[in-house]
Amino acid sequence: MSLLSVSDLRGGYGPVRVLHGLGFEVNAGEIVVILGANGSGKTSTIRAISGMLQATGSVRLHDEEILGKNPEAIARRRVAHVPQGRGTFPELTVEENLRVGAFSRKDSAVDEDIDRWLTTFPRLRERRTQLAGSMSGGEQQMLAISRALMMNPVLLLLDEPSLGLAPLVTQELFQKLAQLNRETYIAMLIVEQNANLALKTATRGYVLEAGEIVATGTSEELASNDEVRKAYLGMA
Amino acid sequence: MTLFLQQLMNGIGNGVIYASVALALVLIYRTTGVLNFAQGEMALFSTYITWKLTDWGVGIVAAIFISMLIAFAMGALVELVLIRPVEKKPPFVVLIVTIGMFLALNSITQLVFGTDEKQLPSAFGDHSWSVGDVRITGEFVGLICVLALTCTLLWILLQKTKLGLGLRAVASNPESARLVGISSGTMLMIGWAISASLGALGGAMYVPTTPALTAGSLQAVLVYAFAAAALGGFDSPVGAVVGGLIVGVAEALAIEYIEPLHDITLLVPFLLIGVVLLYRPTGLFGRNIVERV
Ligand SMILES: Nc1ncnc2c1ncn2[C@@H]1O[C@H](COP(=O)(O)OP(=O)(O)OP(=O)(O)O)[C@@H](O)[C@H]1O
Ligand SMILES: [Mg+2]
Repeated sequence: MSLLSVSDLRGGYGPVRVLHGLGFEVNAGEIVVILGANGSGKTSTIRAISGMLQATGSVRLHDEEILGKNPEAIARRRVAHVPQGRGTFPELTVEENLRVGAFSRKDSAVDEDIDRWLTTFPRLRERRTQLAGSMSGGEQQMLAISRALMMNPVLLLLDEPSLGLAPLVTQELFQKLAQLNRETYIAMLIVEQNANLALKTATRGYVLEAGEIVATGTSEELASNDEVRKAYLGMA
Repeated sequence: MTLFLQQLMNGIGNGVIYASVALALVLIYRTTGVLNFAQGEMALFSTYITWKLTDWGVGIVAAIFISMLIAFAMGALVELVLIRPVEKKPPFVVLIVTIGMFLALNSITQLVFGTDEKQLPSAFGDHSWSVGDVRITGEFVGLICVLALTCTLLWILLQKTKLGLGLRAVASNPESARLVGISSGTMLMIGWAISASLGALGGAMYVPTTPALTAGSLQAVLVYAFAAAALGGFDSPVGAVVGGLIVGVAEALAIEYIEPLHDITLLVPFLLIGVVLLYRPTGLFGRNIVERV
């Protein structure tokens, strides 16, 4: 049984349909990547999973239908969505951002976890009392991811985590994600433009084109697929 | 000098009231992004409830507490029934709803409570002490204590409690707040509820300093409170308090010392807003975060 199972997902904005019945799966402990050009529907897909976009079809988490539930309810099932771009609370400090991540948690390990993520991302520890809005784009992205991890997620949805990051920082970030996945077994669904790095980190992947899945396979298979190489890896 | 000190105290006394209504405005603006034009009339309705309770023989302090509780519930209800349905509409739609509420509440108040003048007793009695030539009233001391207490409680609520963190998170980034499981609807409701309570408190403080309680009692206060909030920065509770005090003091001194302003004191807040906004568009304490992406 897979952790997340999406099928026949359709949705859009008003009369404009952008998702045309797509389906895919994420198994427990897996990192899955979705590749796709600008406007192919990657963000829309992730937003449909976390309840931010109205859609039809089916999204099952642990065999429970979550499509149609509101984002708060889905978040309480520990699906953590790091939105594309601005995922932080700019008027709150770094530490408060992390505390907000633990808002729905009832356990007492919150302080421990804050310390844990501040150790994973030392840059954040230095800026613990700084307002999130005054940090660099890269720092904010790390904060947004840490904030999502504070939810103790079973599934982490990452929408273009590399957006606006320097290549070196991106590389470091993906290393940390891979390490995290090995250590904690948190499943991840990553949407990325940086196909090269994403395929190195992920176990499997899907290629999205105009709201439909057009290719799928293990990362190696996709990396050696001619179409994918041409379109997303910049190789002939 | 004595006259000056006396006017200064009058000004601070009024300023405290402007500050508490401005706080209510800021609270709603921060959590909902709405300028609530009905704030004054919501407070008016609550003040009439306070009056009705005293009319029935309830003590004034108890009456204020009870009407604050009723206002809390009414504020939540207003958010749920009137604001939520238009929440996703453009801001001007919400603005029009609050202006509609302003008019409706004023008429409802007159319908329910009648149009004759009422007398609301002061919560602070009429003690006063003489210090040299200056007379310090119990009202003045009481107003300052109430404002200090209100600010402290609000600060603790917003900065030190989980509920406060949730309120600030929704104000800062509603979408991400939902994505961590915070129910933005509930938070907005609580924001309106607290704000309505503050208004009830402000109204009950203000009316006893005026000749009588009438349907027009709080309209000028709303204007002064807007001035206070604009002056301090619409997103800053500290700004609301400082702005309220500045407006109150400026008003009192202008009445005393600037002959032509005697009859048009409402001009004072506008002049102040004009000057401040010219030099600091975000208000004295408003935040202007430079967002880097
Ligand atoms: N709020 C919106 N209103 C109307 N149309 C939208 C909205 N958001 C996205 N779209 C449209 O939906 C389609 C898919 O957008 P989506 O954001 O899902 O793409 P994406 O794959 O994430 O792109 P990118 O790589 O640029 O982030 C696009 O054609 C876009 O114009
Ligand atoms: Mg996108």
